[in-house]
Amino acid sequence: MQNPRQVYGETLLELGRKNTNIVVLEADLSKSTMTCLFEKEFPERFFEMGIGEANMTSFAGGLSLTGKVAFTNSFAVFAAGRSYDQIRQGVSIPKLNVKIVGSSAGLSDFGDGATHQSVEDVAIMRAIPNMTVLVPVDGIETRKMTQKIAEYHGPAYMRVNRQDLPDLFPIDQEYVIGKSYLIHEGHDVAIFACGVMVSKAVQAAERLKTEGISVRVVNVSSLKPTNEDDIKKFASGVKGVVTAEEHSLIGGLASVITYILRGSGTPIVPIGIEDEFGQSAHDYEELLADYKLTVENIISSVKKLFY
Amino acid sequence: MGMTVPELEKKASALRLNIIKMIGVGQKGHLGGSFSLAEIVSVLYFYKMKHDPKNPHWEDRDRFLLSKGHAALVQYAALAEAGYFSIEEIKKVKCLGAMLQGHPDMLTTPGIEANTGSLGQGLSLACGMAAGLRLDGRKNRVYCIVGDGEIAEGQIWEAAMTASFYKLDNLTAVLDKNNLQATGAIKERYDTNPLAEKWKAFGWYVTEMDGHNVREIMDVLDNVDDIRDQPKIIIAHTIKGKGLPFAENNVAFHNGELTQEQYEKACADLMS
Repeated sequence: MQNPRQVYGETLLELGRKNTNIVVLEADLSKSTMTCLFEKEFPERFFEMGIGEANMTSFAGGLSLTGKVAFTNSFAVFAAGRSYDQIRQGVSIPKLNVKIVGSSAGLSDFGDGATHQSVEDVAIMRAIPNMTVLVPVDGIETRKMTQKIAEYHGPAYMRVNRQDLPDLFPIDQEYVIGKSYLIHEGHDVAIFACGVMVSKAVQAAERLKTEGISVRVVNVSSLKPTNEDDIKKFASGVKGVVTAEEHSLIGGLASVITYILRGSGTPIVPIGIEDEFGQSAHDYEELLADYKLTVENIISSVKKLFY
Repeated sequence: MGMTVPELEKKASALRLNIIKMIGVGQKGHLGGSFSLAEIVSVLYFYKMKHDPKNPHWEDRDRFLLSKGHAALVQYAALAEAGYFSIEEIKKVKCLGAMLQGHPDMLTTPGIEANTGSLGQGLSLACGMAAGLRLDGRKNRVYCIVGDGEIAEGQIWEAAMTASFYKLDNLTAVLDKNNLQATGAIKERYDTNPLAEKWKAFGWYVTEMDGHNVREIMDVLDNVDDIRDQPKIIIAHTIKGKGLPFAENNVAFHNGELTQEQYEKACADLMS
């Protein structure tokens, strides 16, 4: 178990030590996004932009035009929502080297309710040409992804969960933008999942194994670009496919997989948030359960493919 | 560079003539807000700024950002006159696949520093550039043109706070106060005045000038160089469509078409 925000903050600091061109911008959430670690050691390369995400995003674009690698930080709902036009116009059209990190993503800020929970951030970001959209599965992948987007020249969006997540990404595995990763071997059904839903898919696979159903779990952490051959390869030879994401069924992982597998005749059961907003809850798991983002729902979805 | 007053006045006329050629007959073009900037852009490109048309990415260059990106034609005219690209390119403006897009595009056009056009964003980009240059200990200056209609965008004021908070004294904004927005007089449609008081309250050094008086533009731009620890804004009093009597203060030429007769008259006037 690691906290992806903590890992992100530590990785940013490590990158800052190696590369003096790394600059970090914040909209008054540094203690939550964990950019406070970078701020402490590199105050001159840390820009507190106040509670103003739009200006932060364009300002980051300006910094990148002087050779800086600019990381902007906010909650995912604001990073994608409040800065949409700034990301589109000033950053993505000219392919500027700005990394947008959406923290407390999905329903992971469970207490704050609909205004603070991002159910559509991936869809918004995927729709923007030139944008790379990444959803790390755990702390290990968060670290590798952060390092990779710092090296990659161009705009990228990374969605970071607020809560601790179990380690699933193989520590020695190289991370490549676009690739999908096999997390659990199996041959009857393939589950394509991202973020917090991967660990739930693995739990579902282990329980189904006891019932004689063999399930393959694939971590699709790169929602744009997504290597189509990877998906087709992992979808081959199975009865069907389940997708699982902590995001709206519109424009996220379900859209990616159904598009790639179009025309193949593969039955697909999508699990995600229906066309609705989040809400407050006292507990993350309680909230995920209310949206049927559970191990049990994955199990029943897999079984649907057998009838 | 460093042209004299008469040379710069002539250059401003040349920019206007190029703009007319870019708009042509029967095609829409942002004439008014480009013409209001002709002298200011002329002084910046041919007197004030350090830049090298043969090396658009020269590290020691000053930066020019057109936050009111719809006035791209005046910048295209200046870039062509300065030699960033062939004057032939201006004939192809807005043609499919052309280097010169409807709004500034740094990927297609040498000399364009950023993509602007969605109003209110250019000043934030300019602030980020100014901060980045200062971080590297560079002496380059950043010039950013904003419109008096554009400053209705809230992001302008976010950037205004940022610039003064970070004491970006390598940033100079020029506010093109031509008093018209697309649909009419700013005072009647959506009044962004008073200007000086607002910018002062946001922590900027504020001065004003006649945006069509070349001598005054040169002096004011030189004078603000010495202001330290504050971003600077020059409120330029201008006339939308300045230089063409039928277009001056005429909102129809915010993004209007020229008839054959108007086109010929404009060419004749500007060449005389």
